[in-house]
Amino acid sequence: MFGYIYTLLPAMIDGLITTLKVFFITLILSIPLGILVSIGRLSKIKLISKTTELYIWVMRGTPLMLQIVFVFFGLPIIGITFDRFTAVLIAFILNYAAYFGEIFRGGMESIDKGQYEAAKVLGLTPYKTFIRIILPQMFKMVLPSIANEVITLVKDTSLVYIVGIGELLRAGKIASNRDVSLIPLAMVGIIYLLLTAIFTGIFNKTERRYSYYE
Amino acid sequence: MVLQVDGLNKSFGDKAVLKDVSFQLNTGEILAIIGPSGAGKTTILRCINGLEKSDKGTIKIDGAYLCRDHNNKITYATSEEMKFIRKRIGLVFQNYNLFPHMSVMENIIEAPINAFGIPKVEAEDKALELLNIMGLTDKRDSYPFELSGGQKQRVAIARACALNPKIMCLDEPTSALDPELREGIANIIEDLAKDNMGVLIITHDMAFAERVAHKIIFMEDGKIIKEDSKDDFFNNLKDERIKRFIT
Ligand SMILES: Nc1ncnc2c1ncn2[C@@H]1O[C@H](COP(=O)(O)OP(=O)(O)OP(=O)(O)O)[C@@H](O)[C@H]1O
Ligand SMILES: [Mg+2]
Repeated sequence: MFGYIYTLLPAMIDGLITTLKVFFITLILSIPLGILVSIGRLSKIKLISKTTELYIWVMRGTPLMLQIVFVFFGLPIIGITFDRFTAVLIAFILNYAAYFGEIFRGGMESIDKGQYEAAKVLGLTPYKTFIRIILPQMFKMVLPSIANEVITLVKDTSLVYIVGIGELLRAGKIASNRDVSLIPLAMVGIIYLLLTAIFTGIFNKTERRYSYYE
Repeated sequence: MVLQVDGLNKSFGDKAVLKDVSFQLNTGEILAIIGPSGAGKTTILRCINGLEKSDKGTIKIDGAYLCRDHNNKITYATSEEMKFIRKRIGLVFQNYNLFPHMSVMENIIEAPINAFGIPKVEAEDKALELLNIMGLTDKRDSYPFELSGGQKQRVAIARACALNPKIMCLDEPTSALDPELREGIANIIEDLAKDNMGVLIITHDMAFAERVAHKIIFMEDGKIIKEDSKDDFFNNLKDERIKRFIT
């Protein structure tokens, strides 16, 4: 059996690399975008806050699967074409930025207005206030929710299967069909479990690092 | 004269909260504003510190106009002027509003470094000097949640002093303090005044006002009812409203 598992490894690792690519690129781009979304959502300019609200509503109110299908299979109908990988990333980043945006908004709104006022009377600019006073406190507050989203993202990466990108799940499914065996699917499951365990560990550590104050 | 307020008016919606408030604060002077709840005391502090926009009137801080009546139209300081003003006036909030994610030292040096570009060593030297005055040298690396109420207050005062302001404002400095800590804060306030700051205190605490103030303003319903030196104020309590409040 170990011999068999060994023969599966190259395909699995290839799939895993693709999965991790989708994961990290989405994470790295959707978090800053999410901060912008939360700022837009809280904007005093009605046009901006309403547009952002609509965007969040659409992204959270429809399945990510539909969004992927829409970008990759739908948009070419009106002449907008992306390669598979780009299409998938666009859908993931836009979707996750909406979720992160709502989390950041909640974090921002939970910060006492006295913090803004203290920063103001001390002469900090709005930008400095955001970067040095609000963002760090918000970060601590939203960390548990962000951790949840990140774990969900690990699992959501399997959705790219739909456009035929060879990620982890697809690698397992192909091997399972070919060899009429459950082992590849079990391996896929174990790899996902390992991934989520690793990220859970990282987040627990980060939360501990931010527990130096209350 | 380091602070001059002239004909200040402020409404929230259609509720007039400040009605033609005028007073002055001199260098080295401790002025206490007293009066019943809802009189508008905190609102005055907030206007003077640019946290509320006045509707009408003039506020002049160390020669610079925070706002100014001009042909019946109010104009406000530009952001350049605001920077000058911020440096000259400090505010200690009733609940202190320390930055919880920063140590005591970081709280104090934050504005000097990140708002006024003062070099870190210089800012830290000044902070240590202030912590020494406040008796908090051993707390420099503590976080606000590790401090008692009185210690937080002294950090807040140190933070507000870090830029050598000419005016220090304190909102209800004794409201969260045990009685035995009042003498300590009274001494600190007196030291600030001896250092040639003008100190403006908002308080409910008559005994504290009597202990520390040079001058007292009594206000009610958005108006100044009486302004007098401390001795005259307490020796000559004719006004019924004031008597009622004090006894
Ligand atoms: N942001 C606001 N919006 C609406 N009304 C306000 C606002 N801030 C204050 N007020 C009202 O203005 C009046 C004066 O409030 P202020 O806080 O200045 O009183 P105060 O003299 O400091 O009272 P206290 O002794 O209870 O602190 C009150 O009636 C209050 O309800
Ligand atoms: Mg008040």
